[in-house]
Amino acid sequence: MTRPQPEFDLAKARADFPILNQTINRHPLVYLDNAASTHKPRAVIDSIRKVYEEDYSNVHRGVHTLSQRCTDLYEFAREKVQAFLNARHSHEIIFVRGTTEAINLVAQSYGRKNVGPGDEILITAMEHHSNIVPWQMLCEQTGALLKVVPISRTGELLMEDFNRLLSDRTRLVSVTHMSNALGTINPVEQIITLTHARGVPVLLDGAQSAPHMTVDVQALNCDFYAFSGHKLYGPSGIGVLYGKESLLKAMPPWQGGGDMIRRVTFEGTEYNDLPYKFEAGTPNIADTIALGTAIDYVNAIGVNAIAEHEHYLLTYATEQALTIPELTIIGNAPHKGAILSFTLDRIHPHDIGTLLDQLGIAIRAGHHCAMPVMDFFEVPATARASFGLYNSFEEVDVLMDGIRQVIKMFG
Amino acid sequence: MLDQIRDLYQEVVFDHNRNPRNFRIMEDANRKIEGFNPLCGDRITLYVKVIDGKIEDVSFQGAGCAISTASASLMTEIVRGKTEQEAEDLFELFHRITTGKNGDEINLEDLGKLAVLAGVRAYPARVKCATLAWHSLQSALKNEDATVSTE
Repeated sequence: MTRPQPEFDLAKARADFPILNQTINRHPLVYLDNAASTHKPRAVIDSIRKVYEEDYSNVHRGVHTLSQRCTDLYEFAREKVQAFLNARHSHEIIFVRGTTEAINLVAQSYGRKNVGPGDEILITAMEHHSNIVPWQMLCEQTGALLKVVPISRTGELLMEDFNRLLSDRTRLVSVTHMSNALGTINPVEQIITLTHARGVPVLLDGAQSAPHMTVDVQALNCDFYAFSGHKLYGPSGIGVLYGKESLLKAMPPWQGGGDMIRRVTFEGTEYNDLPYKFEAGTPNIADTIALGTAIDYVNAIGVNAIAEHEHYLLTYATEQALTIPELTIIGNAPHKGAILSFTLDRIHPHDIGTLLDQLGIAIRAGHHCAMPVMDFFEVPATARASFGLYNSFEEVDVLMDGIRQVIKMFG
Repeated sequence: MLDQIRDLYQEVVFDHNRNPRNFRIMEDANRKIEGFNPLCGDRITLYVKVIDGKIEDVSFQGAGCAISTASASLMTEIVRGKTEQEAEDLFELFHRITTGKNGDEINLEDLGKLAVLAGVRAYPARVKCATLAWHSLQSALKNEDATVSTE
């Protein structure tokens, strides 16, 4: 059981996160719920405070100094996201509340314009509810049909079925880059190639992939990519929709209001250019700027170094988990992100969650907003440990010891 | 190390979780209701036979955590033979035990078996697990033909 040390200084990185330095129920906090949300480094917290203490004003309005300064910071954050995703243009970066809002935006703007009765939207059986429900709503509105690519028992997408379900009626393919419930990393390059061969665009749900791997939207050639700041060590309430310029330009606005217009009369309104066309109203200014800081933080450590460290943690945790006979891992795809979803014989995940919490260990217990995945594996819920850059091998040991205690307690 | 949580996970809870009482389908029930906790996916089907305002028989099926299973099992033992009004009063009492503030005066000795689950009040995220069966019973007694949700 190897425990390779990360390329970065783990102790120093841990010290960057003030919240980690506490006890929960008289035990040191072991935070393993990073797929739900990550903690924030001091730099991000300071960045929010600095905006409000020194730079805050509304953006894209007014000529006073603070308004200009805050606008510059806000737009600089957009450029940081552009670089982070390697988007061609900064105006291809739309700030939204999170991945959920990004997908809803595409469904309601691109979808309502381009999808009609009998058309099909293709998703997969491992999607988060946020990549299911917006399409169901679109289907109700337009008379389109939702098609679902099935998965295997190991939690992999069945690509033959993908090929079969991709049809002349398919208008959009929306798939998760990395499953939050199973950890599976999907073969998105192949999916994009196959889908583009039919002239159909692809949306990638990047909520789980953005924090855990290098994402290059031009190399991937995806048409839309969505992620959330709060899973990337940034604030909650801010996220990103990347869209190819040509697609975004042709899409109608989703929400109306200030900032998204060029000229308003009661007879009609002329819409603003990208990206403002999709950013109606005063945006989440401070959190957007702090998202830029979070990206700086992640870049300073190195996305690849983080990915490698998490991969070693997952490998170690998986090896350890396999030594516990009562434990079943849900999601055994060969290509997986740092998510260990599991069940224990005759012990409900909620009991596991409550008992581990008594030992200071934070995991997620439940359906992970992926009820169809739970139905497929015929479990009501799973327990899920998900790793972030600040987790250690010692914490994996604490988790495994905790699991053994829970099993012993249930007898 | 886990001893401090024994106030909630008592031996009685483990016992009822391992061997739930009245865990069966009741063919001749005159009330049947589905209870669902969307947060954790716990499901319960509660069967009640009410004759002349009295609970003659009560049973359940379903899959849930130890707290919800034990609570349902204990409940079926407690309410069998009670009148609808008595069951309603027990529901009120149970609700008060599990959601009450710590300052509330509750004499645990008066509660009998129900006292076992009083510890859940210290774990707000788990209160819904303990009350699912009781909410289902209340709806069954009201003869509401619907799925009960704890949300």
